[in-house]
Amino acid sequence: MTDAPDLDHVRLEAVRFAYRGSAGAPILENLSLSVEAGAFVAILGPSGGGKSTLLKLLSGLVRPQGGSVRIDGTPVTGPRRDVGTVFQKPMLLPWRTVHDNVLLPAGFARAASTHEVARADALLATVGLSNNSKLYPSQLSGGMAQRVGLARMLLHDPRLLLLDEPFSALDAMTREHLSLELQRLWMEERRTALFVTHSIPEALFLADRVVVLAGRPGRILADMQVPLPRPRTLETLSGSQFGTLALELRRLFDEAARKGAHAA
Amino acid sequence: MILLRNVVPPLITLALVLAVWTYVTGPGGLPSYLLPDPVSVGRALWTGLVSGEYGPHIQYTLTSTLLGYGIGSVAAIMIGILVAESRPFERFVFPYIVAIQAMPKVALAPLILVWFGFGLASKVVLVALICFFPLLVNTIAGIRRTDPELIDMARSFSRPGWWIFLHVKLPAAAGAICAGLEIGIVLALIGAIVGEFVAAEKGVGYLIGSATVNMNVATMFAGVLMLAGFGIVGSTLVRFAQRRIVFWEQAPDQSKQGERA
Repeated sequence: MTDAPDLDHVRLEAVRFAYRGSAGAPILENLSLSVEAGAFVAILGPSGGGKSTLLKLLSGLVRPQGGSVRIDGTPVTGPRRDVGTVFQKPMLLPWRTVHDNVLLPAGFARAASTHEVARADALLATVGLSNNSKLYPSQLSGGMAQRVGLARMLLHDPRLLLLDEPFSALDAMTREHLSLELQRLWMEERRTALFVTHSIPEALFLADRVVVLAGRPGRILADMQVPLPRPRTLETLSGSQFGTLALELRRLFDEAARKGAHAA
Repeated sequence: MILLRNVVPPLITLALVLAVWTYVTGPGGLPSYLLPDPVSVGRALWTGLVSGEYGPHIQYTLTSTLLGYGIGSVAAIMIGILVAESRPFERFVFPYIVAIQAMPKVALAPLILVWFGFGLASKVVLVALICFFPLLVNTIAGIRRTDPELIDMARSFSRPGWWIFLHVKLPAAAGAICAGLEIGIVLALIGAIVGEFVAAEKGVGYLIGSATVNMNVATMFAGVLMLAGFGIVGSTLVRFAQRRIVFWEQAPDQSKQGERA
């Protein structure tokens, strides 16, 4: 533990990250961010702004070259069981059934405990895919595949959810539908969630707090609270408060994009 | 309908080829010591098979082909995995694999006969060597081509390295490995025949070779037809297995690569 009592679930301090071999500017430079337990935080920024890298640091896939990345006060040295990720593409194994894909964190059905299998079945029911568990990923629509991804993320009941533009490849209708579903899943357990997106309405609809990231190197440009009451509905999207917040974010977002363009 | 579309057109082509063949070998046409007519080829094939004369030759060729194919394929997949998964192994060995791959392996046939004798062993070694390289290259390429994001996904869920290899990389490479196996079965047959051409006392290649000496062109054709049959049956079986194994790939032919004979 750190010397100060730590209420933050996630804490990044002065993080620096550059991909090996790229002599140019680092992806992230002197980035600090704290997220309290149970918060839903959207990371908003233009493409190539280091948003995905931020999640990779937290999922333990890459290590920072400077600064520290901590979860529950412990430095992240590799993937953790209490962290679950959903990716931009569904990232399902095409040679495994939906059921096995959800059970991937447990090593597929054959290696899973009865508890894990029961949990997978329950999660498939939650995302509305009970009748599709025997199907293969190629037989699923984009929205169904991403629901499988959500169920897989939740298998080991993670306390920290990392969502890397999970709905960006879906059509608008499916997107809204899955956003509502994600809110419902999140409200049931109040896990900490980091949601990377480049959609302002999506960030506002889902998050308690929106962090705007400016690109190259990624720095935090703005950190805004979203005081919209929950559960948010599709009507929330057309409310006046939502409009004001969206306008404010749009201004910040454009600034982020401009700064990114200048640096590049 | 499918029968009409897929089976009838090639049969029409076959009938046309046979008709032209019969015409050019007919009265006033090509002499039979250059091109025998289809009927004498058919008769040579039929009597050879029924009399049991071809039996031992077929058995010999199939034995060396299948043994060599099995040994070569298992070795190629295992060494391919080593090269793809182990950095030091790749650094020390891979340049030589690339160099040997560029060399026509049939040129080694006389040397292999000197080393392994004139019996079955030398044929098996030659076959194994010839079908080894395309499969090796396909195995390495297949494993390396695994979507890195898929590997990252499995890693993020704390899956150990051996598990990722077994359940992510190997299935991802299965299409390329099957394609290598399909190329290999045809090459294996070539290896066996080349070995028999150089030195043998049995086998379909020997049969063709000795028929050449006697100017028995009908038997030569019968031998070639039998080899064509083996090749077609072999690659059809491998393709059938491939469709079963790599059921999730729509177009397995796209993953085909590596060297061909």
